[in-house]
Amino acid sequence: MSRTLARTLFDKIWDEHVVVEQGGEPAVLYIDLHLVHEVTSPQAFRGLRARGLTVRRPERTVATMDHSVPTAPGAVRGRIPVVDAQAEAQLRQLEVNCAEFGIELFALGSDQQGIVHVIGPELGFTQPATTIVCGDSHTSTHGAFGALAFGIGTSEVEHVLATQCLLQRRPATMLVQVDGQLPGGVTAKDIILALIAKIGVGGATGHVIEYAGEAIRALSMEQRMTVCNMSIEAGARAGLIAPDETTFAWLAGRARVPQGPAWEAAVARWRQLPSDPGAAYDTTVTIDGGGLEPMITYGTNPGMGIAITQPVPAPDGLADPRERAALDKALRYMDLEPGRPLLGHRVDVVFLGSCTNSRLGDLRQAASVVAGRHVAPGVRMLVVPGSQAIKRQAEAEGLDQVFRDAGAEWRESGCSMCIAMNGDQLQPGEYAVSTSNRNFEGRQGKGGRTFLASPLTAAAAAVTGRITDPRQL
Amino acid sequence: MFQTIQSRAVLLPHDDIDTDQIIPARFLKVTSRDGLGVNLFHDWRYQASGAPQADFPLNAPGAAGSQVLIAGHNFGCGSSREHAPWALCDFGFRAVVASSFADIFRSNALKNGLLPVALGREEHARLCAARAADPGLVVTVDLAGQVIAWPGQSPLTFPVDPFARRCLLDGVDELGYLLSLRGDIEAYEARR
Repeated sequence: MSRTLARTLFDKIWDEHVVVEQGGEPAVLYIDLHLVHEVTSPQAFRGLRARGLTVRRPERTVATMDHSVPTAPGAVRGRIPVVDAQAEAQLRQLEVNCAEFGIELFALGSDQQGIVHVIGPELGFTQPATTIVCGDSHTSTHGAFGALAFGIGTSEVEHVLATQCLLQRRPATMLVQVDGQLPGGVTAKDIILALIAKIGVGGATGHVIEYAGEAIRALSMEQRMTVCNMSIEAGARAGLIAPDETTFAWLAGRARVPQGPAWEAAVARWRQLPSDPGAAYDTTVTIDGGGLEPMITYGTNPGMGIAITQPVPAPDGLADPRERAALDKALRYMDLEPGRPLLGHRVDVVFLGSCTNSRLGDLRQAASVVAGRHVAPGVRMLVVPGSQAIKRQAEAEGLDQVFRDAGAEWRESGCSMCIAMNGDQLQPGEYAVSTSNRNFEGRQGKGGRTFLASPLTAAAAAVTGRITDPRQL
Repeated sequence: MFQTIQSRAVLLPHDDIDTDQIIPARFLKVTSRDGLGVNLFHDWRYQASGAPQADFPLNAPGAAGSQVLIAGHNFGCGSSREHAPWALCDFGFRAVVASSFADIFRSNALKNGLLPVALGREEHARLCAARAADPGLVVTVDLAGQVIAWPGQSPLTFPVDPFARRCLLDGVDELGYLLSLRGDIEAYEARR
């Protein structure tokens, strides 16, 4: 290997995890942590049984229920039925699989249940310098801790269960440098939406992104997770941020991190992770953090985003006929007029939640806008904490009361309306401002229309019933 | 074992077709890989009543039995759901031709014998034009030779990961290969 001089954060983690790399074959990459949920795992366990295999390292495997669980108040204690018999059977199958193969499960009803990408870090399973996979594309979230974390398919879930390894080709690297200080009202969500708008939904395909620069360093761990979470929406294999004092302070004392002298030793090791001076990246993209505005999407993929003060782009302005056709198709689905501002557009539903923006800091930001105001008439606002632990913390701070007093729904933890396979969904034609990660056609319910934005922008829409610049409230 | 394909093709030339379109999330509440083809492209393919959407390419006469899907740029972006290639395979597709693919989709497809064929933008545009002009166009995809051709087009090579190619052509089972490296994995665990 010729990469021993100046190495990137990615290089260091990758090199450390290559079990073997035989000439011409893909590398065999060792996986430190395998996160499992109900939707993408049943066929993998079925495959293990068919071959008579066991789970190689059950102690490196953790499961939760999140995608299809109901989030109506009381759901977590089993008082609300799941959406249908099929979902029920899938949840029961996860229990059976975890029991049979000796895997720790945070089931519906557990004090620690929550969205897989929320509870992994919260419980300290997620640690710097590790490799993490899950049958879920938003596994990139965990890269905020300086872990190489990426989504895999169900066949690969089976491979990791059976061997704790994956066959992988070394991806390319992309440095995303975000300089400057974010202006007021501009958040981590706006950074990542601006990046995707700039490079497109396929702009980072084949790459692992490393986010760096003053604006990234200034982010909290929760905000860093928001940025890394949506790396996949630019097509990236993973997103990474070098661990620093912010990371160590956030992780210290969590349930599953090393304790005492082992913690000190781990931190000393993690301090060696940041990219070496002069380390080379295959691609570099720069963003002026100081020049960002609150962002919002207008179309049907996360790359179709604009500063909230901008008008909806016009297909006529595009030279490339394919881009023109794509924009025209998106605007027809969204029923938006080209050239018109989004500000003031009608909103039916506001969704505050998902593995992108359901953490305590997100809830606090939204509550700061909602406090003393009321959700606009005719608007439904769902507030879905990412985990039971976050829900308890928010309740201890009185955030639940702020939302309830404003007329919002305070719900149980789960993926909820981000994926709309659990009973929480838009009706055809409805417009939602959503803090989630995907605005694909029908993503939040067949025929539903999604504007992706930050918790601040979502809260501003909830109290005005219109798309509103949060800086104006 | 992957045999050469000679088939009519379905043309769905949009860019950035995401896996939520290929198979919406509400159809993921299953515990087997089978039977997903009926819901392939569900929300584009069926009306609210459940009746087929007459102008959707998968509902055109001749679409049934097609083994090749021609799509646009960045096919399969979004979610990691392997249900997307399962649904495409269950419908009968054995190859998807696009000008590029999302990473996870490509990996998932190859593990299910669904061949992702990436063509350059110009070649891809030629294929779309040829198929648009002739709905009965027969496309030949030869993995052994790593070439794709159609009437009027001399064979064009396409890239395939050499390991994935060997798995498809020789029937090498990836998990079996990984299991055969058990000694290396144990040695790695021991030296950490």
